[in-house]
Amino acid sequence: MKWDEFFVTGEPMIYGAMVSIVVVSLAIVIGLTYFKKWGYLWREWLTTVDHKRIGIMYIISALLMLFRGGVDGLLMRSQLAIPENGLLDAQHYNEIFTTHGVVMILFMAMPFIIGLMNVVVPLQIGARDVAFPRLNAVSFWLFFAGAMLFNLSFVIGGSPDAGWTAYFPLASNEFSPTVGMNYYSIAIQIAGIGTLMTGVNFIATILKMRAPGMTLMKMPMFTWSILITSVIILFAFPVLTVALALMMFDRLFGSQFFTMANGGMDMLWANLFWVWGHPEVYIVILPAFGIFSEVISTFSRKNLYGYASMVGSMVVISLLSFVVWAHHFYTMGHGAMVNGVFSITTMLIAVPTGVKIFNWLLTLHKGRIEFTTPMLYSLAFIPIFTIGGVTGVMLAMASADYQYHNTMFLVAHFHYVLIPGTVFAVLAGFYYWFPKLFGFRLNERQGKLAFWLIAVSFNVTFMPLFFLGLKGMTRRMYTYSADTGFGPLNLIATIGAFGLALGFILLVYNIYWSFRYAPRETSGDPWNARTLEWSTHSPIPDYNFAIVPTVTGRDPFWEHKKGGHQLYKGKYEEIHMPSNSGQPIILAGIFFLFGFSMVFSWWVPAIIAGIGIIVMMAVRSFERDHGYHIPVREIEETEARLRGEQA
Amino acid sequence: MKKLFPVHHVMGYVFSLVLSVVALSVILWDMSLAVGMTILIICAAIQMGVQLFMFMHIGETGTKTSLYTNIAYALFVGLVTVFGTLFTMIWGYQ
Ligand code: HEM
Ligand SMILES: [Cu+2]
Repeated sequence: MKWDEFFVTGEPMIYGAMVSIVVVSLAIVIGLTYFKKWGYLWREWLTTVDHKRIGIMYIISALLMLFRGGVDGLLMRSQLAIPENGLLDAQHYNEIFTTHGVVMILFMAMPFIIGLMNVVVPLQIGARDVAFPRLNAVSFWLFFAGAMLFNLSFVIGGSPDAGWTAYFPLASNEFSPTVGMNYYSIAIQIAGIGTLMTGVNFIATILKMRAPGMTLMKMPMFTWSILITSVIILFAFPVLTVALALMMFDRLFGSQFFTMANGGMDMLWANLFWVWGHPEVYIVILPAFGIFSEVISTFSRKNLYGYASMVGSMVVISLLSFVVWAHHFYTMGHGAMVNGVFSITTMLIAVPTGVKIFNWLLTLHKGRIEFTTPMLYSLAFIPIFTIGGVTGVMLAMASADYQYHNTMFLVAHFHYVLIPGTVFAVLAGFYYWFPKLFGFRLNERQGKLAFWLIAVSFNVTFMPLFFLGLKGMTRRMYTYSADTGFGPLNLIATIGAFGLALGFILLVYNIYWSFRYAPRETSGDPWNARTLEWSTHSPIPDYNFAIVPTVTGRDPFWEHKKGGHQLYKGKYEEIHMPSNSGQPIILAGIFFLFGFSMVFSWWVPAIIAGIGIIVMMAVRSFERDHGYHIPVREIEETEARLRGEQA
Repeated sequence: MKKLFPVHHVMGYVFSLVLSVVALSVILWDMSLAVGMTILIICAAIQMGVQLFMFMHIGETGTKTSLYTNIAYALFVGLVTVFGTLFTMIWGYQ
């Protein structure tokens, strides 16, 4: 392979990107060296097994990926702004919508949610960490290695370009001869292994590590949503793992699973992809339901309406989410029986979802509502998501879908569910739990301004796409002629996209501003909230709770504040903590090299890296590390300091 | 020393290797579809048992409810995936 095939050449925008990557990496390295922060970074962050820090690293990565995916979105919208635009050519447009889709779903939405659950779940159930802290670090670093590998593709080797769905035969060697789709099959695989481990870890944590007295039906709703999400992860991700592995065999080793000849079946890929893909959309939406439940209940000053039906509807959703996948390919030649069955199961999902919407409305009913930033996102979610849901039911009708399929109507629909459902939710969660982590609130005025910009621009961006779709504009189309009449609506959508970008810039500025100027708080409970995480200090000590709380009701901290219930009984005892380790990041580094070598079919380095992975696992198996203990005296000192007493 | 050696795991590992080789034989030797499928299905069933008992220690759990819920869920998803795929891709295809 020649060097000009290895690096992507001939694209001014990509040269720009290469230069900026090099400059930014240099700046980071020089900065760290200059301020002597390498040791700090290694000890406190890169080797940490603390769920809070891992959560923060997930969220930072997700924000970075939101930026990357957002720039992709802006580029696409700019290209579509006017007819016959020449900003991007067809190939470039293909690459951009592919990476946009993958990055947004797998490297933005997923890690943002996993980050929030890392931070919040152990605190909400009164635990000191997750069940397997070391495994948790491995999860994070594998996700990170996968995400970096995927992002590398656009400067080295060329990006994947067969859509985030990577349908065969388009994704086969014959029609996608570059290494782009190799990146797809391997990078997502590595990140996916991390996600699978997260699922196992959180199921174990939630089932085994709840504070005394917290029965399943007394768990906070966010924790419930994460339990169900983890169960879906556990059962859905293996299908993706297998499908990606088969894809890799087809592309690298010439097997024939998804070919059109020799007994292969190209449609089988689409089938397997969506067997995972539909549960996946519930993996990113259920935690959102949990976040909104917490936020709405806190800022209505009421307990959540219909707790049991909330739980029940999530269980039903988790089962139904596995029986609807064929609605993604109604038009690919199945008989009426198949389409009928999947139409019905799909529409059924609207029922438990509707139950949840009504429960939130009834929680709001007669509440003393406070319009904070997280609450604004939650309130905006309800009508916008409902539009997404209603258009979803329209798409669910197989016969009507022949009209909507693969048009901009669909693109509008899934952005109408994904953006309020996932992005609004993680932003609400971010604003809501931020003071817990850092001890101060993000500025509310800036937060609300950003909210209004984002909420309004969102509708300006995506509402026109419904009408464009109905007029016949197909998705993944890099340009159109003026005669189609698609011009004006597209221009409006593009203007909206830039409004969205402005909103996100304001949000980032808000974080920066608040770090510098926001008043620090000491109470640990800035929102007057209800669940356990608010009962410990902010910032949170390493061990989370000096004494493990005892729980009797669903809103233990609220009951505690109302004087009905004593949360912390007993006296301090030595606390057993897991020790940090450099192994997870090293393991993930080797995985990265392995993946990179596989992408280019460099067998010798791939085998060496593969052996390295096995060696790392053996090292871990024979390691004896029992963690360490925090003595009582140190706990007393920490507690006194966090209460603001002078030692 | 005897206690430290993971006999179960090593046995499980050897079993799964043997089962994989037997499954491979189906394509290496000429045999009728029925015979091949029978071998594959039997191997798969034994393989499942090896995984569940030797690696996942399914017999050793204390709480039976979580165990049964888990198995029920897994069966549901597994059967839906297999038969749903057959339904959409073969039986229900025009
Ligand atoms: C930030 C604002 C966003 C803008 C401006 C935007 C814009 C777009 C555009 C223009 C397309 C391609 C339409 C086409 O030609 O087919 C697209 C596709 C897509 N978007 Fe977004 N999007 C945004 C956010 C998101 C988010 C937050 C997610 C997911 C969580 C997401 C997921 C997707 C997916 C999965 C596709 C399909 C990719 C494919 O066709 O393979 N987008 N988006
Ligand atoms: Cu779906």
